[in-house]
Amino acid sequence: MRHACFLTVGPARFRIGSDWRAPIDQLRALYSDYPMDEVVPDFTVRLQATSALRRFVRPQVAIAGDFTLPDAVPLPLHHGLLAAEMAMNLQMALGWRRHLLLHASAVSRQGRAVVMTGVSGAGKSTLSALLAERGWRFLGDEFVLLDPETGNIAPFPRPISLKNAAVAAMEHEIDDDSRFGPVLRDTPKGTIRHLRPRTEWIEQMARETRPGLLLFPRFGFPRAVRRMDEAESFVRLTQASTNYVALGERGFDALTGFVRSVPACAIDYATGDEGAELVERLWSETGAGAGDRAAAA
Amino acid sequence: MIDGWSVARALTDPASVTRLDAGAWTQLLSAARAASLIGTLAELMADRPVPYPAARVLADVRLSNQTGLRQALWEAECARLALADYAGKVVLLKGTAFAAAGLDAAQGRSIGDLDILVAREGLDQVEALLLKAGWEWVKPDPYDDAYYRQWMHELPPMIHAERDRMIDVHHTILPLTARPKPDAAALIADARALPSGLHVLSPADMICHAAAHLIADGDLSGGMRNLWDIDRLVRQFVAEDAGFPDRLAERAALHGLGEPVERALRLCYRLFGTPAIWPIRPAVSDALYLRRITAIDGWGRKTRKLTRQGFYIRSHLLRMPPAMLARHLWTKWRKGHRG
Repeated sequence: MRHACFLTVGPARFRIGSDWRAPIDQLRALYSDYPMDEVVPDFTVRLQATSALRRFVRPQVAIAGDFTLPDAVPLPLHHGLLAAEMAMNLQMALGWRRHLLLHASAVSRQGRAVVMTGVSGAGKSTLSALLAERGWRFLGDEFVLLDPETGNIAPFPRPISLKNAAVAAMEHEIDDDSRFGPVLRDTPKGTIRHLRPRTEWIEQMARETRPGLLLFPRFGFPRAVRRMDEAESFVRLTQASTNYVALGERGFDALTGFVRSVPACAIDYATGDEGAELVERLWSETGAGAGDRAAAA
Repeated sequence: MIDGWSVARALTDPASVTRLDAGAWTQLLSAARAASLIGTLAELMADRPVPYPAARVLADVRLSNQTGLRQALWEAECARLALADYAGKVVLLKGTAFAAAGLDAAQGRSIGDLDILVAREGLDQVEALLLKAGWEWVKPDPYDDAYYRQWMHELPPMIHAERDRMIDVHHTILPLTARPKPDAAALIADARALPSGLHVLSPADMICHAAAHLIADGDLSGGMRNLWDIDRLVRQFVAEDAGFPDRLAERAALHGLGEPVERALRLCYRLFGTPAIWPIRPAVSDALYLRRITAIDGWGRKTRKLTRQGFYIRSHLLRMPPAMLARHLWTKWRKGHRG
């Protein structure tokens, strides 16, 4: 294609081709800390004009690549960066087989991870962004990759996709405009702005970690904490996994192993600060905080 | 930039691709995926030295192959259970048939929908049994529904509500509007029983069906995969039965499919070096067919738009006489502008 770049995020390698220059330039800027070696990729993504005319007149980006959805809606060119992100997500969701994929965010401390899952808008992405600015290692805001053989989590620390109110909240938290991508207004999901993870979390993205705690956060509700048993966690996570069925027995073993190995809680919280504080507290109350206590002793 | 020929070369001579550099592997994998042949490529490369980044992609594909095969066979089993009260033969077609019969053509083949063939008299009962077992209609549009029932060789597609898998129930192998009239009763009469009680077409009829589907029906999208099926089937059937070329000739004549079968065999010979089991009588138009069939690039894009459009128009002309085509397109066009 006319314009192209290669990106590596965690264990996944992408080749992105585009009919236009702008989305590739924006990707290169947003992913400037990530490896861009031209290796054989896991996935090819194409941002292509919906027709020859649409390359120039009111240009529309069709999302295409190795894996596509038949009814994917094209985006206007000024949302090309979003189109690229959506296309990369789609490849992972439909094509990745090396790990069990959970639609979740994750941060870690002392080599143990908190996995936060929930429907879009539940706040898992913002919560992970907030914790990542407060001393936690950022592992990913979209997908958690569980290794079926070892039970470890492979980090997938893409730029965090902040939406609507979360944009202002994180701009308030981080006093460095260079960490943010361009503001994308009026997208199908409202206003979106990407936040680049701290460089150190990208440099360490090949280092796996153990899962320590599973949370089901819900933003915008009065504070509440409820323990969740293995069966409910399991059923909820089958819904939150994009490749559970495709992995067959490996997926079942990975997921049952995961829910047995970590305590799980549903948490409701009214503000970001309250959510972050709840995660900290649950972390130290559950056995997963053992590392911290050992360090403090 | 590569095209479909690179995929064909990789499949026919797997040893040759072990020498490719990273850029060539990248393009080959994308083109093979776009041609729905990456599963096949992955199986062929399983025991060969492949550079690491490409090898891990192919290893993933082999895992997906296993899942795909298991799901396809399970879907066939579900249909068998649903149709237990149907007294006639249930004949598996295409990929599921290759897999269920354990044919070489099943190696790494991607299998989407479940295709079955039953006698036309049994359609109503089969349809009712499937609906009872949880399949439901995909196309709620009354025109499409009526069109399928009056003119097509299959019922409108159904999807299983829980498993989200489609089933196509055929009563013959070409639309009723097409010129050749395959002998559907003979297809079913000659079908071979599998241990499960399901059936598959006889070897010669399998080739006839694949050729009819490719040459006498569609617009040749997915053509490479279809020709690869034929290549594998021919190689296996000839090895098992020296009289196979004659048997194929008899069946092709019976179904009025002599020309499509001959064309398919020629294209296979050109593209994959398939043994020439019939005398090769080259046609000038073969080059155009091959140009269409290999119209893929190293990004997995469809190329050669004009050629593709030509074959698209041809597919409609094959399906119906011009007056009927005009009426059909007019109805479709008006609906498109209403919605």
